[in-house]
Amino acid sequence: MTTPPAGPEIERLIHLLARLPGLGPRSARRAALHLIRKREELLGPLSDAMRQAHDRLVVCHVCGNMDTRDPCAICADPTRDQGLIVVVETIADLWALERAAALPARYHVLGGTLSALEGTGPKDLNLDALVDRVAQGGVREVVLAVNATVDGQTTAHYITDLLNSYGVKITRLAHGVPIGGELDYLDEGTLATALRSRTDF
Amino acid sequence: MFEHQTIETGFAFPFVRRLILADFRSYAALDLPLSHKLIVVTGENGAGKTNLIEALSLFMPGRGLRRAELATCARSGGNGGFAVSIEIESAGERCQLGTGLQAQGDGRLARQYRIDRAPVGSARAFADHLRLLWLTPALDGLFAAAPGERRRFLDRLVLCVDADHGTRVAALERALRNRNRQLEDPHPDPRWLDATEREIAEIAIAVAAARVETVTRLRLLIEESRDSHSPFPWADLALRGELEQWVGVSPALEAEDRYRAMLRDNRRRDAAAGRTLIGPQNSDLLVRHGPKGTEAALSSTGEQKALLVGLVLAHARLVARMVERAPVLLLDEIAAHFDTARRNALFEDLAALPGQVWLTGAEATAFSGLVGRADMLEVTPGRVTHQGAG
Repeated sequence: MTTPPAGPEIERLIHLLARLPGLGPRSARRAALHLIRKREELLGPLSDAMRQAHDRLVVCHVCGNMDTRDPCAICADPTRDQGLIVVVETIADLWALERAAALPARYHVLGGTLSALEGTGPKDLNLDALVDRVAQGGVREVVLAVNATVDGQTTAHYITDLLNSYGVKITRLAHGVPIGGELDYLDEGTLATALRSRTDF
Repeated sequence: MFEHQTIETGFAFPFVRRLILADFRSYAALDLPLSHKLIVVTGENGAGKTNLIEALSLFMPGRGLRRAELATCARSGGNGGFAVSIEIESAGERCQLGTGLQAQGDGRLARQYRIDRAPVGSARAFADHLRLLWLTPALDGLFAAAPGERRRFLDRLVLCVDADHGTRVAALERALRNRNRQLEDPHPDPRWLDATEREIAEIAIAVAAARVETVTRLRLLIEESRDSHSPFPWADLALRGELEQWVGVSPALEAEDRYRAMLRDNRRRDAAAGRTLIGPQNSDLLVRHGPKGTEAALSSTGEQKALLVGLVLAHARLVARMVERAPVLLLDEIAAHFDTARRNALFEDLAALPGQVWLTGAEATAFSGLVGRADMLEVTPGRVTHQGAG
């Protein structure tokens, strides 16, 4: 058996980095080497930042987002529209919508989608908290920003039915022409959906 | 010298001009230039003829003409991955499509799709450049086979004109599996079942509508062009299935509501059966021998093959008309079951089709009528040689 080129601490670091999404053993080794070379500028601050995030990470009891405070920074922001809730599947989706910065809304993170095949039922999702938020009043519109997959759309139908008796407006993301898209190149299904989802101009 | 088609305005005739394989089945490396509209591939059994057209079939959504697990397409002795690349020429422009299975950073193999070397999301993107249709010996018994086989064949016909059909069929299968799993629970959540059935109804009506449209248009095209004396008898087509009947007579939303109500009413029956008994997942393509007016399954083996070839040729013309892009036809072991007269008639029909056609067969002599009009390729294990193309 060959001797590892580094001690057990560094091997452990490589092993852990390799478990990150998008990193394989080779890129983890490269990342570890970079951290070792930049010990003061990167390795130290990174380990401090990770430790602090680890110690302070909490789930927001209002929306299900993860932050270092509860309520999270978005729920605590008084400039956000209190009457508008955007429902997302995951925190990654929340971050993606925040990057777009299109709506000063608040969010609700479901933590997945309904899928009998994967054993995820209504009780496994953050649905009770959503109903509580709507039942408390003050919510005008719930935007279902779930993926256009079978499971995403089934979840959207479920939530629509769940909130049916509360009298809030329920909307979903428009499906249609992408930015920069030319109509001539779009398939008929996308064009039909885009026409159905047309808006005032 | 390349052979060019006459190009009508706005009409595309994509021809494969180069096929490159790396570690694909019996081929460690292959770079095959092509110049004709007809490509004839001959060689002994097991030499690797079907492997060539299987490689092309991977440019349609799905698992290709053998419906094989992708990992099994990798050459044994290779690194587990493979690559297939084609250069296509259409309306005077060239474009490169690539697909394969490649090792990722974490060592896992993942399917790759590229157009002009830039990554794209799925094989669906290739539909903007190329449509493919195929016939293999596995389809010889199609008319007497189980309805599921004909349904799969029909869905491939639909996919050729409607590139999103495959995604919808896969979504329907997943939604139905979700419902079946929920029905296994003795006390399923009714609201969750309602939501699942609403989603099933939306997709199911879209699937049924796409099938109805394709079959209706194909019937019309066959009616327009049928010739009772052709060696390839015309097929009389019909669809069997509740939803397919509704789609033609009522608006889609009404059909969705009706199917949703039916799913709700049938929960107990479906739970007992362990599957959803009514829906497009149980539809069937009914085919009759047009000139004789009898069920296709009652015809002789040779007649069934001729009927199937006639159907595929008609569909190739339909695809060209509907999507303004002639499909590339892949005909595996096509000369089997045909006498010389019918074979020569087939060659003439194929030469008259707008798209490129690949034909395979064990005996080179069966294709002697095409010498000078086709790329004549001879396959020996792992190698392909041109046999003096015209």
